[in-house]
Amino acid sequence: MRITRSVAGRRRRTAIVATTGLTVTALLLTGCGGSSDSGSKGADADGNITLTVADFGQFGYKEAGLFEKYHELNPKITVKEDTTAEEKNYYPKLLQQLNSGSGLADVQGIEVGRIKEIVDTKADSFADLSKVIDVNEWVSWKAKQATAPSGAVIGAGTDIGPMSLCYNRELFEKAGLPTDRTEVAKRTAGGWDDFLALGEEYKKKAPAGTYFMDSASAMFNAVVSSSPEQYYDASGKPVYKESAGVKKGWELAAEAASKKLTQGLAQFEDQWQAALRKSTVATVVCPAWMAGQISTYAGDANKGKWDITSAPGGISANWGGSFLAVPKSGKNVDEATKLVKWLTAPEQQAAVFKAIGVFPSNQGAYELPDVKSATLPYFNNAPIGQIYADGAKSIPEAVLGPKDGVIKDSISTQINNMEQRGTKPDAAWDVAVRTIDKAIG
Amino acid sequence: MATSTPTRDAYVPPPREPQKEPPSERRQLWRSRLWRFDDKASPYAYIAPFFLIFGAFGLYPLLYTGWIALHRVSMTGLDSMEWVGWENFDKILHDPEFWTSVSNTFLIGVISTVPQLLVALGLAHLLNYRLRASTFWRTIILTPYATSVASAALVFALVFRADGGLLNWTLGLVGFDPVNWANGHWTSKLAISIIVIWRWTGYNALIYLAAMQAVPNDLYEAASLDGASRWQQFLKVTIPSLRPTILFTIVISTIGSMQLFGEPLLLEGGAMGATGGNENQYETLSIYLYNYGWNLGHLGPAAAVAWAMLALLLLIAGVNWLIGRYVRTSDSAV
Repeated sequence: MRITRSVAGRRRRTAIVATTGLTVTALLLTGCGGSSDSGSKGADADGNITLTVADFGQFGYKEAGLFEKYHELNPKITVKEDTTAEEKNYYPKLLQQLNSGSGLADVQGIEVGRIKEIVDTKADSFADLSKVIDVNEWVSWKAKQATAPSGAVIGAGTDIGPMSLCYNRELFEKAGLPTDRTEVAKRTAGGWDDFLALGEEYKKKAPAGTYFMDSASAMFNAVVSSSPEQYYDASGKPVYKESAGVKKGWELAAEAASKKLTQGLAQFEDQWQAALRKSTVATVVCPAWMAGQISTYAGDANKGKWDITSAPGGISANWGGSFLAVPKSGKNVDEATKLVKWLTAPEQQAAVFKAIGVFPSNQGAYELPDVKSATLPYFNNAPIGQIYADGAKSIPEAVLGPKDGVIKDSISTQINNMEQRGTKPDAAWDVAVRTIDKAIG
Repeated sequence: MATSTPTRDAYVPPPREPQKEPPSERRQLWRSRLWRFDDKASPYAYIAPFFLIFGAFGLYPLLYTGWIALHRVSMTGLDSMEWVGWENFDKILHDPEFWTSVSNTFLIGVISTVPQLLVALGLAHLLNYRLRASTFWRTIILTPYATSVASAALVFALVFRADGGLLNWTLGLVGFDPVNWANGHWTSKLAISIIVIWRWTGYNALIYLAAMQAVPNDLYEAASLDGASRWQQFLKVTIPSLRPTILFTIVISTIGSMQLFGEPLLLEGGAMGATGGNENQYETLSIYLYNYGWNLGHLGPAAAVAWAMLALLLLIAGVNWLIGRYVRTSDSAV
């Protein structure tokens, strides 16, 4: 059936043209107008400034109430924190924001596994803090990590991660192991092999459904952190395939997996958090910042059940730690720099340490009573100040590489596969190598 | 025929009769020129907005992605592009993980699309009967489609959780052991498919329903006079009339499953989601692309994956078209 249309008049045609024109303009306007910048904003009419701090995991400022305190000291300044739970998700977002130049906060946290890459490739995007902050206050290697070839310091050290061992006293007792921290330290004095032996002893009488450790990848990280040669050599070449530290860590992890001493959880993920809540793991390798994670996820119900002792073999190692950097593109660079200086000053680092146990990188803090004689009530009043302070100064300077973070994550994933799925160590290693080469590529 | 589109008559300008007393030669000439220009040019002006916007937001990104695919570009230095030719394509084609994600994408696509369309067809058939509160039912089946991927995936993530998940709890009541859904190769694909099926079945059912209502009633009357049962009517009248619609939904679902991203990303979430599980057991092509570009920070291979996906889609579309042509020509066989 044909439908014949009456011939349209001129008037209708102008209407169509007009509407089309309007539509196009509207579309172009919505396409290019209205920058939705969630990043930093300048001062408002009254001179009030809101500074944004983007970080990941637990920096402890909220717990220590530092932002409120800063607002009391500087009534015109309000600090807002935007926290991403996992650093793995935080970092790609940071890179995107640096590339697009929008959405950046006034202060951005950077993890030690990424600092080298940032220093190598993005140093120009960050303000030089060396004019404002005396870098000699930090432990020496911490300052070096954030210093660009030009001499600019792009990040202020927040915490470092000297190593210890967290263990669940209740589970130890049920399995017939010593619960006193000096006794536990004695049992693992010979290093990680002793630690695994202790694990086998635990397994014999372990309460049903519990495991000696949460994740062999944590042990791997601890072993690698304590070796002078990690993933890169001094010339910046990736050597993770030959590195003695990686080899040793991998073998230990494979052994722990094959003997089923671990629950095989991916750290920080939901199931790991649940395991802490339900107390199904007896030990967690504990860089200083881990204590905060444990107390958060294990919850008040388990307060006092945990304890902290020195790491197996009394190694001095550093796992993790972060920096605070100020993007140049922010609207309040000066104010943000002042905030960073204040947050990383000895008194504030000590306050954070007191709150959640992340250990200061600022040496000035070590002499403060808050640090020196610090104990963590959650961990049966473990004298963490004493446990960490000895280690902190003797930590060897590690060679960092740009892709340290990705390499660590890829190997951790494969260790989890060995634990959970019984993947053969060789096969798991091959996959890890393939992923890492892809990342370095 | 209901299916033939009415032919629209082209706009015919009103006949231009020479005026009795022409005002002047020149004006006349001008006017006819304007007329002609209007005639020739205005259609282009009408369609220009679409093409301009498509060019800026569709074609240009497409071509620029191709350009990136031939370079080495890193997330850490977007301003330095280094020409590498086909190296990126070579890289992904030799990466076992790429082939894993291709097969995952196809498997998830099949186990989500086939049941989804069958169920949608059944639902549409039921809704096609006269029933009370039909509008209510039709609205209800569309609600899953109205939810965002994120919220649906998050709710289902809680359902499929290994410990304390709703599904495992239910299985436990019946006496089964808990299943680590996200961890298994088949179970994770099944879980993702269920999310997809839940979201899209209603949408497809409504499309089918619309097509069913366009089937002329006298066909059914004739069929029932011939003694065809309801079921036979469905097979012999409804399905053949719905053929073009079914083909359309297949194409749309194929494209959709090719681009599956939110569901696998959020099934476990976090870093696990970004690599499609511990052993890439539910890594789809989009996840692979995302992981390569955003987590590993290499945009060249990521762009190459995007083009590989386009190539695969064109391949599938070609196969679909061939099948469609075969179905159309074998009409007499039915």
